[in-house]
Amino acid sequence: MKILVPVKRVIDYNVKPRVKPDGTGVDLSNVKMSMNPFDEIAVEEAIRLKEKGAATEVVAVSVGPAKAQETLRTALAMGADRAILVQTDDEVEPLGVAKLLAKIAEEEGPGLVILGKQAIDDDSNQTGQMLAALMGRPQGTFASKVEVSGDTVSVTREVDGGLETVSLKTPAIITTDLRLNEPRYASLPNIMKAKSKPLATKTPADYGVDVAPRLKTLKVAEPPKRQAGAKVADVDELVGKLKALGVAK
Amino acid sequence: MKTLVLADHDNKDLKDATLAVVTAAGKLGDVTVLVAGNNCESVADQAAKVAGVSNVLLAEDAAYEHELAENVAPLIVNLMSDRDAFLAPSTSTGKNVAPRVAALLDVMQISDILSVESDDTFTRPIYAGNAIATVQSSDAKKVITVRGTAFEKASREGGSASVEKIGTTGDAGLSSFVSAELSKSERPELTSAKVIVSGGRALQNGENFHSIIEPLADKLGAAVGASRAAVDAGYVPNDYQVGQTGKIVAPEVYIAIGISGAIQHLAGMKDSKTIIAINKDEDAPIFQVADIGLVGDLFKVVPELTEKL
Ligand SMILES: Cc1cc2nc3c(=O)[nH]c(=O)nc-3n(C[C@H](O)[C@H](O)[C@H](O)COP(=O)(O)OP(=O)(O)OC[C@H]3O[C@@H](n4cnc5c(N)ncnc54)[C@H](O)[C@@H]3O)c2cc1C
Ligand SMILES: Nc1ncnc2c1ncn2[C@@H]1O[C@H](COP(=O)(O)O)[C@@H](O)[C@H]1O
Repeated sequence: MKILVPVKRVIDYNVKPRVKPDGTGVDLSNVKMSMNPFDEIAVEEAIRLKEKGAATEVVAVSVGPAKAQETLRTALAMGADRAILVQTDDEVEPLGVAKLLAKIAEEEGPGLVILGKQAIDDDSNQTGQMLAALMGRPQGTFASKVEVSGDTVSVTREVDGGLETVSLKTPAIITTDLRLNEPRYASLPNIMKAKSKPLATKTPADYGVDVAPRLKTLKVAEPPKRQAGAKVADVDELVGKLKALGVAK
Repeated sequence: MKTLVLADHDNKDLKDATLAVVTAAGKLGDVTVLVAGNNCESVADQAAKVAGVSNVLLAEDAAYEHELAENVAPLIVNLMSDRDAFLAPSTSTGKNVAPRVAALLDVMQISDILSVESDDTFTRPIYAGNAIATVQSSDAKKVITVRGTAFEKASREGGSASVEKIGTTGDAGLSSFVSAELSKSERPELTSAKVIVSGGRALQNGENFHSIIEPLADKLGAAVGASRAAVDAGYVPNDYQVGQTGKIVAPEVYIAIGISGAIQHLAGMKDSKTIIAINKDEDAPIFQVADIGLVGDLFKVVPELTEKL
């Protein structure tokens, strides 16, 4: 069984994003970029399934600018076998990404596609569900546990009230939540090895997919700022404040 | 404009999350609520009473009992043939189902909206709420998820919609429900609580979380939340997590105890009306958003606070 893992290059999660003064977007010049944290978890899960013998090959895919190669090399250094970059400098929305991934999945025939549940830049939380719809396949979203047996996969999902387990027929689409695993760091020898692993470069046109955006961003603004308030000296003063707020009698 | 709202429910009760979506949908046009489930007539009756709802569609089928997206999405897609907008709450069910509907309709979903600016223009948070984008959709039909804290809840009374039973689309045969492990609590639900007491990594273990955070929450009639660090370390279950990738809350009062205030945590609670922080580090980032701060060792000050209330 082959596993396809889509990975997105995004702002590093430790960086505080700054809105551009002209309101056209978030300033990404000279900002550290990394693999979307949920996608690292997806790569890790795929590699573990391969190590367990449940998968034979892990293919990482990214849609984005030439620099997204770095993200794919990170996936290769972690243990993916090969990579595909669908190169474009235009921003591609989740629907467009899902259409490209559906074409790639058609060519590659993976038993599982493991994505992140959400990209921490657009916070859309859509691509995996859209891909599942376009492929007519089941979806196990927000996964905290994945178990493959034969042609079914059991996925434990993080839902609002707790946890839910579903059973899916493969091929299936999975999206990762934070507690699925802890991604490994790539070792230096593996980083060196990753440089010679195959990385194919394609374009959206190669797949005949129209990725023109459907949403137009009219404006990007900073959220209302909160002002730091005052500190209280001790517990008694805090009790007084809670009473004043009406939450304590 | 004709809108369709997906009701969030457990086959018995209509969840509060639905009420904010009704308000958002009302800004676009006429509101029909879809209750898809199994033996869930009581939910449809509750939905019919919600102010601003003009129709309720009841689709009962064993295949819908657990709201599996593979089974529910085709039903919604059929219903959208003569409607203009589909809206679901940004709950785990809404987030699971809506994008599947969007792709089947060839529509780019607008996730987690904060406001309705016009029929085709909405605001939504990006980058963990560090930026707010105003986006305009060129799709003929809109598919939207709604952030519950951003809209008033429609009243549970005052409506008198009719309930219409509709045909179902059955089991797609792709997936099945196995089991659920839902945490039970006598406390208010996080996303609708007026007061929330949240604990972080500083609690050190589950026992401390129980013995320090919970008595304070009990005194205040509050819901209990947690940072990701506290959840990851196993002090409390995953559904306690507040933040960018957990629950989004906006209570009257949010009390953060031993939580540093990482941007991912702030993303989930910075719209709270009053934020109170207790932390032993006076430079902790949480104090930059807190209205009231107390610098101190939580193991000392929180029991004292609980005692004095
Ligand atoms: C993709 C991604 C998504 C994330 N999503 C979320 C999310 O949804 N929600 C979330 O919360 N986090 C999220 N995080 C994690 C986030 O970045 C932080 O790591 C996390 O919020 C830290 O939790 P904490 O504040 O409890 O722990 P810490 O950062 O370790 O802070 C502990 C605090 O307790 C204080 N303290 C220690 N001892 C005491 C004491 N005795 N008395 C008083 N104070 C004390 C310390 O001064 C410190 O400020 C996410 C991270 C990533 C990468
Ligand atoms: N441009 C992209 N390239 C590769 N994978 C992507 C891209 N955009 C989204 N994804 C995948 O889809 C997931 C969810 O993204 P989103 O729907 O944008 O929140 C991510 O975690 C990735 O796994």
